[in-house]
Amino acid sequence: MITRKHVFTAAAAVALSVAATGTVQAQSRDQIRAVGSSTVFPFTTAVAEAFGKGGKFKTPVVESTGTGGGLKLFCAGVGPAHPDIANASRRIKKSEVEQCAANGVTQITELKIGFDGIALAYSKKAPAVELTTAVIWKALAKDVPVDGKMVANPYKKWSDIDPKLPNAEIEVLGPPPTSGTRDTFNELAMLEGCKKVPEVKKIVTDDKAFEKACMTIREDGGYVEAGENDNLIVQKLNANPSAFGVFGYSYIDQNRDKLQAAKMDGVELTAQNVAGGKYELSRPLYVYVKNAHAGVIPGIREFIAEYTSERAVGDDGYLSDKGLIAEPKDARDAARTSAMNLTPLQL
Amino acid sequence: MSVTAAKSHYQSEAFARRLRARYAAERNFKIAGIAAIAIASLMLVVLLSSIVTKGYTAFWQAQVRVEVTFDKAQVEERNYTAILRQGLYAQFPEITERGARRTLNELLSSGAPYELEAMVTRDPSIVGTTRTVWVRADDEVDQFVKGYFTRSGPEAERRLNDAKIAAVDALVAKGALVQSFNTTLFSAGDSREAEQAGIWGAIVGSLLTLLVTMSLSVPIGIAAAVYLEEFAPKNKWTDLIEVNINNLAAVPSIIFGLLGLAVFLGFFGLPRSAPLVGGLVMALMTLPVIIISARVALKSVPPSIREAALGIGASPLQTVTHHVLPLAMPGILTGTIIGMARALGETAPLLMIGMVAFIVDIPHGWTDSATVLPVQIYMWADSPERAFTERTSAAIMILLGFLILMNGLAVFLRKKFERRW
Repeated sequence: MITRKHVFTAAAAVALSVAATGTVQAQSRDQIRAVGSSTVFPFTTAVAEAFGKGGKFKTPVVESTGTGGGLKLFCAGVGPAHPDIANASRRIKKSEVEQCAANGVTQITELKIGFDGIALAYSKKAPAVELTTAVIWKALAKDVPVDGKMVANPYKKWSDIDPKLPNAEIEVLGPPPTSGTRDTFNELAMLEGCKKVPEVKKIVTDDKAFEKACMTIREDGGYVEAGENDNLIVQKLNANPSAFGVFGYSYIDQNRDKLQAAKMDGVELTAQNVAGGKYELSRPLYVYVKNAHAGVIPGIREFIAEYTSERAVGDDGYLSDKGLIAEPKDARDAARTSAMNLTPLQL
Repeated sequence: MSVTAAKSHYQSEAFARRLRARYAAERNFKIAGIAAIAIASLMLVVLLSSIVTKGYTAFWQAQVRVEVTFDKAQVEERNYTAILRQGLYAQFPEITERGARRTLNELLSSGAPYELEAMVTRDPSIVGTTRTVWVRADDEVDQFVKGYFTRSGPEAERRLNDAKIAAVDALVAKGALVQSFNTTLFSAGDSREAEQAGIWGAIVGSLLTLLVTMSLSVPIGIAAAVYLEEFAPKNKWTDLIEVNINNLAAVPSIIFGLLGLAVFLGFFGLPRSAPLVGGLVMALMTLPVIIISARVALKSVPPSIREAALGIGASPLQTVTHHVLPLAMPGILTGTIIGMARALGETAPLLMIGMVAFIVDIPHGWTDSATVLPVQIYMWADSPERAFTERTSAAIMILLGFLILMNGLAVFLRKKFERRW
């Protein structure tokens, strides 16, 4: 009996001492922590690595949690237990700012790091295709207007929508609903495309219902949720040249020998067209920094300096090699000054 | 006597037919079994060969030979980039234009200047001398010489433009660009640049995590199994515990991650991404597996051993510690190692506690940020750079190597210490 008691006491002691050492460690932190969007992840990691190689600070830890999940962690509070930086593939929402403020995170610095473009891309083996957001919406919406009524999407082939398009089955491999790319695709391609089809507005008058009708994607096989692994989607596109995949610019840029991006309204997917605002399916990318952590967690100001430096986000910066599309020079300079002063975000 | 004696039942036509049918059934069953094994091994061969053919090239890395002069002034201002570039330009005296030189710079890994810096730190006496050094080539050059990028087709759609291909060809012709064993893969932490990325950080993280898991789950698991099997009274409470343990063994691993997030991070305030927390979560996950296998091993020790020990006056505790437990140990070890192998290959629970992250620094302790091997594979598989494709497969091979080693150890221990009655 005594021995058994000893075993339990020993186990409890181990657990307690383990917990105690951990708590002491958590009270101070000498390493920057970032969370958030998987789209911004490749850029923040590249900056983190360059920052760490500078030798003065530890290399920041970057987690890919998705924009929403990242901002939730970011807004959970102030202190070493909470991350210092949140990556976002969309602007922070008012509700999230309020959530932050409720937890004591009142001052946030916003860095707009550049742009990302989204494209429908397909195998190099297939002939070039030109699309518009309206066509994409008609091809992928669950219900489309026919004779003044919303009916289940009757289009089976691209040529059913527009005879100029290829006579091939509609098959788009895209990200699942949990992905930030899917959010952006819904907003930029589906919603905008839907607005260009005037009949929809006439049939669905309620604003909420309109948005829902626009952003609901068909489930009869035209759109295939292909998971988040882009390399896998490329293999599938090569096997089936008439299928399309939804990709971010950085991925297409790295794989131009295997993929081509469809022109949108006649505009090609190039860095210039995205930065100039000509290419429709593009979105700004943001990084949010907790002001209260500057000076507490070592290296935050220096990290911001690295992230906004010309050698990172400049036209020929190392982030452009990773597929980030830089902002124009004057916008970058303005952003750098306000970021270095930790000017708090005002919505 | 008589030729017309009635045929025995065993010689009847119906019996012979049934006999044939039974033999046929047995043959068909064997064929089905062999077919099943053949299909399974075919799948395995396809999987392994696809991994190996995709990944074996990652064990080599293109290196470029550069003659560098460690100029004292430049070393002092840590301008290793300039030192390296001067050496590179010297190999191409005909290229002087700025844009063309930029192309040359892109041949070398962005980590190459740090290699020079490390050389100087190791041996300061090389300052002021000229040395021949081999530095890593950029991952695109590496992929090109390995034949993954074409040299035909329109220039804009190629990863390497004509000028770069010409420079690479010139270096290869001079013998200044060769493929050598990729030591970085085994010595470095993660990196966004494929040629600088390695799995050492992930291996250390995996080892730290497994150590925590093992030191918690093995003693607790064995103690629980011994108590339940040898001492606990049979009543509805122990039945309830037994049902719950069996249930826990089948719970999806992500649930343990959520538990870890709530308890270890939320309540105890342990740091995120720490192997300590990963190990605790994995320990919870493997505990049921260890308890169940340890109980089976204890059960398989014949009661006669216990009775003999008790009969000559051993106390119940002595019976267990001197006789039953040592005899059950091979079975317990096998179960433990298989549980550990499962923990080594697990990623889902780690997602919740922040171990699925980009971590460059090699962890040095239980609370340093770390990641583990399967997570590293997942992160590389997700990277857009082409050079990560082969590295993903290489990392899978290394993980498989560890798993084979652990399972092989389990088989070996069982064979060596197993007792049959």
